[in-house]
Amino acid sequence: MSRRRFQILFARSKGNHEEIPRFGRTVGVISALFLLALVFSFAFSRLHYGWNWDAVYQYRQKFVSGWLITLAISAASLVASLIIGLAAALSHRSPFLPLRYLGKVYVELIRGTPLLVQILVFFYVVADAFGIGNRYVVGTLTLAFFAGAYISEIIRAGIESVGESQLDSARVIGLTPYQTYRYVVFPQVMRRILPPLAGQFASLIKDSSLLSIIAVSEFTLNAQEVNAFTYSTMESYLPLALGYLALTLPISMLSKYLERRYRYAS
Amino acid sequence: MRLRLDGVVKRFDGVTALDGISLSLSGARSIALIGPSGGGKSTLLRVLAGLELPDQGGVEIDDVPLPTDGESLISYRRSIGTVFQSYNLFPHLTALENVTLPLVQAHGYAKEAANGYAMELLDRFQLASHAGKRPYELSGGQQQRVAIVRAVAIKPRFLLFDEPTSALDPEMTAEVLDLIAELRAQGREFIIVTHEMGFAKRVADHGIFLGAGKIVEEGPAAELFDTPHTAELKAFLGKVLKY
Repeated sequence: MSRRRFQILFARSKGNHEEIPRFGRTVGVISALFLLALVFSFAFSRLHYGWNWDAVYQYRQKFVSGWLITLAISAASLVASLIIGLAAALSHRSPFLPLRYLGKVYVELIRGTPLLVQILVFFYVVADAFGIGNRYVVGTLTLAFFAGAYISEIIRAGIESVGESQLDSARVIGLTPYQTYRYVVFPQVMRRILPPLAGQFASLIKDSSLLSIIAVSEFTLNAQEVNAFTYSTMESYLPLALGYLALTLPISMLSKYLERRYRYAS
Repeated sequence: MRLRLDGVVKRFDGVTALDGISLSLSGARSIALIGPSGGGKSTLLRVLAGLELPDQGGVEIDDVPLPTDGESLISYRRSIGTVFQSYNLFPHLTALENVTLPLVQAHGYAKEAANGYAMELLDRFQLASHAGKRPYELSGGQQQRVAIVRAVAIKPRFLLFDEPTSALDPEMTAEVLDLIAELRAQGREFIIVTHEMGFAKRVADHGIFLGAGKIVEEGPAAELFDTPHTAELKAFLGKVLKY
């Protein structure tokens, strides 16, 4: 087979470096989508189901407002989870031991228990005791603390991957500990943690659907309600999947873009 | 420089790296630390660089004791230039940015002034064409030369080299040693840990032979290398000069 024809279907790789020409990429994407379309159109064609999009379409406003709430909650808890995760990761390296172990216990407790339980406990017990009645605030904070534990582990691993010799070099040129983090550690950590961080953010957006159990009127809860009103399950939940994809795909693409921008061999 | 060490002891997890080093030197402009691996050379250099605090004993450089608290250690480190065996440069910064980082962050240069000054230095050491490259795009010898430029740029009181050529092949070793010899000719003071005996003999005024954490023999470099007195140094020189 000629080299060009071979490259339509196969990537040529050398170590970690791959060379994929544009036509190869186009053909690859189209055939993958075609294959998926084939499987699903077969599955749906075998389904004896009376589609009723009209009933669901009447409630389109609920989808829009739910999607916007999910967007707002995700964005807010995404920012908060980064701050919490960073603080927890740094606390792991704190010379003050009670703080260090608080960080460790936090990470283990959150990662070891279901989000569902955390939402219930935070809302009905903790928030109630501290007089926070707003379910949107509690929901956002709970999500932020949940994702923060995972993000803290991602950041911690990133920090530890910066070698001892780099830290020595930072010390001999006279950087303060703060400057060392700011100019030497974090720029390198950023690049290394972007892919897992993007994955975590995508999870965070999907996990926000669990806030429906404390009646936060987000995307999933609205879809459930539309389903209850119309008995059109598929028509209610398929837009849900598309709505979440519309949020997670851009994050994934942004992460790939940033990864390319920060790329350098090390 | 005047160097005074008084019974310096340094232990790591029960292993004694420096076992009571005492020394008084004045007037030496370049000092070579030689000896077998694990003999304590690098540890002594790290103490002088303000990276490790001795467990016992005192160090005085130009009659000023080495500081022990964090703040003064940072300003002490800012006053000297240290170059390690490898990985001196930060991989996410270009050669130019590696040189300007300490100028801007630790020495109060404005960004433009630092850039201009660093470019001038890189140019003087034939590295200007590499200014925009990241370390992975440079050869090992070029990386070390940029690291030396970075150390020189801050106008240090003296330089410390910890086996600056041990990770390089012979050709690159030569280009780095040429640069150090050039600095020597400019009258810059330094202490170097090295396995390159011919080079040490050529550039150093004073030699110190360390073994098992102690000073076994020391003296003017010419004497030390040509007429070693102790059996240890004779055996060491015999081995390293054999090939």
